[in-house]
Amino acid sequence: MSRPDAVAPRAVLIGIGSPYRRDDGIGPALAAAIQRAASPGVTVTDSDGEPSALLDAWSGVPLAVVVDAVLCAVPEPGRIHRTALDLAPGSAVSPAGAAAAGLGAGAAAASTHGLGVPDALRLAQALDRTPGRLVVFAVEAADLGFGSALSPAVAACLPDLIRVVLAELGTAAAGSGP
Amino acid sequence: MTHRSRQLRVSALARIEGEGALRVVIDGGQVSDVQLQIYEPPRFFEAFLRGRQYTEVTDITSRICGICPVAYQASAWNAIESACGAAVGEPVAALRRLLYCGEWVSSHALHIYLLHAPDFLGYPDVIAMAADHRDLVERGLRLKKAGNAILEAVGGRAIHPVNTRLGGFYRAPAAAELAALAEQLRRALDDALATVAWVAGFDFPDVELDCELLAARDPGRYAIERGQIASAGGLSFPAAAFAEHVTEHQVPYSTALHATLDGRRYLTGPLARYTISSAQLSPVARQAAAAAGLGPACRNPFRSIVVRAVEIVYAIGEALAIIGSYERPGPSFADVPPVAGTGHGVSEAPRGLLYHRYELDAAGRVAAADIVPPTSQNQAAIEADLAAVVSAHLDLGDAELTALCERVIRNYDPCISCAAHFLDLRVERR
Repeated sequence: MSRPDAVAPRAVLIGIGSPYRRDDGIGPALAAAIQRAASPGVTVTDSDGEPSALLDAWSGVPLAVVVDAVLCAVPEPGRIHRTALDLAPGSAVSPAGAAAAGLGAGAAAASTHGLGVPDALRLAQALDRTPGRLVVFAVEAADLGFGSALSPAVAACLPDLIRVVLAELGTAAAGSGP
Repeated sequence: MTHRSRQLRVSALARIEGEGALRVVIDGGQVSDVQLQIYEPPRFFEAFLRGRQYTEVTDITSRICGICPVAYQASAWNAIESACGAAVGEPVAALRRLLYCGEWVSSHALHIYLLHAPDFLGYPDVIAMAADHRDLVERGLRLKKAGNAILEAVGGRAIHPVNTRLGGFYRAPAAAELAALAEQLRRALDDALATVAWVAGFDFPDVELDCELLAARDPGRYAIERGQIASAGGLSFPAAAFAEHVTEHQVPYSTALHATLDGRRYLTGPLARYTISSAQLSPVARQAAAAAGLGPACRNPFRSIVVRAVEIVYAIGEALAIIGSYERPGPSFADVPPVAGTGHGVSEAPRGLLYHRYELDAAGRVAAADIVPPTSQNQAAIEADLAAVVSAHLDLGDAELTALCERVIRNYDPCISCAAHFLDLRVERR
């Protein structure tokens, strides 16, 4: 969305998903909302989750915040899960540590789309192209079918999601902070 | 049911673009059925486009795929501008070709390095490959980034370009902006040539496809963003005659339609492009191809990785040539007033021929849309290849046979995000 700032960004927000697959569009919807509120030094982008693009977006940036939709076995649509990992030199995260944080390799990598954030993170670690700190907000989806509208439950969580993401980015404007 | 009965399920068919499912049935020692089951977003988009303004179409179709959005824009421009009787000037056409070159470089680098090469080097995925061959993966990512740099400079951003519009571009880049890109592309050309030499050394099973090959052909150059349609067997027809030759029919197990060319199975994509137009490649690309052991035609799907590498060389050279002679077009777009009628357009998506047809009313509203992506055209040919490969390797255990089927599918770089979703593989032995 926005071009990287001329100065090195201190944070990047990446909204992953497709706006034409209903709740999968929560990442781009959040990115569009944050775009208007983000402060200088924060780069906002949306992504289809393709791993090399994620590496390009977050490599060497002190803080990367990623927002994506997830399907859970016992769904509670609109519920927000937060996972944080320190990846800066000296705080190397082992695969076991990443798995414990919920970012381990899950099912076999299915595709560049199915190669999700966990696989992109493992590739980034193999190539030393991680952000300093990675925070993932996963939003439980109700409907990933074709269509351009979020489900009511996921749409309803958007204000909360904006608030927690802005707090994470340290850019909450006066009066709208947590 | 007197035969030995076994069933194997694999949770995911790895390393293809998107999602789908494959079912192979082996009955009494013979392959009785191969079904590539895919579920197809373009069908949804066709319905979604009806009633929209003709000027909105390319912004919507670009969302069909994050890997090849320019292809979905280009075929739509070609179809709608043809329906309206509009023609863009050569400078705008050159910018479109430049943009499309960026997509070829980016998409092919992704497939070669992140998805396909691990098959030849014996790794389960690129993450394992990166642990041993970090320099190679870095080279692949550099190449992909060079392609993305073109997309960003011309299209405004790397995925779903926003600077494009019917008739051309909202803003044509300044010559200085493109000149800055040229240095990166010159380095990328070295990476691309090294890629051809690298993949040429892989071990290729000896396989030849006997089906018809279909691709766009553009007189005097390698077809990318426009062209007539040609087959290796000598057919030649305009996009408007696509439906006279290509017939789509439904199969019960997939939402992607199967296609036949004059009643026969056919293939689109790098092998078809190369076989039909290899003489139109640049001298440096032809030389790289020859050094890699490619003749004037290539029908071995395993060698498609070499053809893709050669096409990266060509696309970077083409991008450098366009940038070298670039003059910023006066108006960055041509006016395209709406005209009631039907338009057809094709272009060469990284995965093959992409056909669009639109019917517009006098106000420019879309009355009907038809999108035929390369992966659904290739579906029958991929199934036939799988059936032949499985028949020739019935002695393999289920795990090895499954792995081989996955390799066969990846040879075609199926963009199942254009044509399907999750891929689940099942082999049944009865």
